[in-house]
Amino acid sequence: MEKQELEQLERKAKEIRKMTIDTIGYLGVGHIGGALSVIEVLTLLYYKHMDISPEEPKKKNRDKLVLSKGHAGPALYSVLADKGFFPGEWLHTLNKGGTNLPSHCDMNRTPGIDMTTGSLGQGISAAIGIAMANRLDGIDKKVYLIIGDGETNEGQIWEGAMAATHYKLNNLIAFTDYNKMQIDGYVHETMNIEDLNAKWNAFGWFVQRVNGHDFLDMDMAVERAKKELFRPSMIILDTIKGKGAFFAERRLDNHNMNVTYETAQEACRLLDQEN
Amino acid sequence: MNQQEMRTVYTQTLIELAEKDERIVVLEADLMKASGTGAFKNRFPERTFNMGVAEANMVGVAAGLSAGGKIPFADTFACFASRRTYDQFFISGNYAHLNVKLVGTDPGVASEYNGGTHMPFEDIGIMRNIPQLVVMEPSDPVSLKKLVIKSAYHNGCTYMRLHRKPVTVIYSEEEEFEIGKGKVLKDGTDVTLIATGAIMVAEALKAGEILNAEGISAAIIDMHTIKPVDTGLILQYAKKTGGIVTCENHQKMNGLGSAVAETLAENYPALLNRIGINDEFGEVGKLDYLLERYQLTAEHIVSTAKMNISSR
Repeated sequence: MEKQELEQLERKAKEIRKMTIDTIGYLGVGHIGGALSVIEVLTLLYYKHMDISPEEPKKKNRDKLVLSKGHAGPALYSVLADKGFFPGEWLHTLNKGGTNLPSHCDMNRTPGIDMTTGSLGQGISAAIGIAMANRLDGIDKKVYLIIGDGETNEGQIWEGAMAATHYKLNNLIAFTDYNKMQIDGYVHETMNIEDLNAKWNAFGWFVQRVNGHDFLDMDMAVERAKKELFRPSMIILDTIKGKGAFFAERRLDNHNMNVTYETAQEACRLLDQEN
Repeated sequence: MNQQEMRTVYTQTLIELAEKDERIVVLEADLMKASGTGAFKNRFPERTFNMGVAEANMVGVAAGLSAGGKIPFADTFACFASRRTYDQFFISGNYAHLNVKLVGTDPGVASEYNGGTHMPFEDIGIMRNIPQLVVMEPSDPVSLKKLVIKSAYHNGCTYMRLHRKPVTVIYSEEEEFEIGKGKVLKDGTDVTLIATGAIMVAEALKAGEILNAEGISAAIIDMHTIKPVDTGLILQYAKKTGGIVTCENHQKMNGLGSAVAETLAENYPALLNRIGINDEFGEVGKLDYLLERYQLTAEHIVSTAKMNISSR
């Protein structure tokens, strides 16, 4: 990756992060922690890797993303608004009655959302099905999947893990947003998922582990994953829950928290002052 | 009596559909031998996905295939299709407005030797609570074939109960079926028997003959779609015959009997009696034993119909 591209992605991530904080702050409550930990991976995918068209969101021949941790919707909505899938003003309608932007991703309400999610564990199966359909139709596109670390507790994740390798779905590239926290506390205290690399390895996936806030690391991992011929890929992202919002970062209660709009705006100002 | 094995009809219908429509795909959870879809796999190996003993993942993958433009038929025993995959079917399939065609085999007492663990008396009730979901139980090979085709081209998810075994043909090959439109198998004036599924429609037909021999004119309706239930037909026959007996291989609660009760209570409160499972779990046994054990036989229908008439 060229320096210029890296700087562009970093600038874009900051923009998306601010939009996400603003979106949740305007409502006053939301899944801020897990939304902010996936900003960089969403930015990398939507601004570098994914073949998508905002003017034709249902185009058959496109890359797709299943955000299995559907509660991170506001982060993805910020990306989709910025990309032009829908007007930016929609962001301030998050969770309001009649909105097109519900807390959890809904493919029938929001242009650009490829799969309805929100019941944890289900996104992996959906992504597998989409990858199978692409293969049947000769569509040479990738299916990206983002699961949460707490979500990894779900049995369905491991049913899917087994099936994706059985069907040799090399067109499936998954990420674990390993921000180390779930609702009730630290993952290792609530329901330990380690040794996570070994688990996905044992299920036959091509496993990589990188810093989920580092574009260079993530980009190289995605490029390597794209070259896989027979295996699905799992890229474990070491991330920080609530990353970039002073009122939320690394706080154990940041899964779904209240925030005033003034505090949210203060967080955005502080981000602007960085660098 | 002309009998055909229902699973063979199911699979042949899917093969015929798939010959003409490349979107048709089949998913299994290690019960391909039981459901008979091996013939589909032989014809369309690339469109058959055995997901192993992982029903939740199977239904989720079916939703993904639908999101990718396919028309997936997924089957497993009805106990697993309903209880084990409910959230996946509910959220990834129905809430997402996708097109998952879920088929539950061996409904109710059809599970026979597999017994209580495998004997779903509650699947219709569970499924009826999913908004807009179509819930069906065909009664014979012809209705099975026609309703599988209707299901494939219905815009939305469907749940179908399927008795896999040989079943007597009731309908002519030319008979047409609509989702949500019951079939009057026999007209009558004294009482109406509304039955669903191969096992109970057969018992209701037998009961109708016994009643007829005793001078009681019983109308018999095959309610192959439990949701949306044919309210027009229910009310028409409630008015015509004055009383209704529902017959289902399922709990009395939340199934066909409840659907009919809701319709009558809100529109035309005719006397209703329900043949069905009386808030009990399943157990092992041959079909004959189980029909008697749970009071689902033609004889029980006959005595219930007489009680219905005499109680008015």
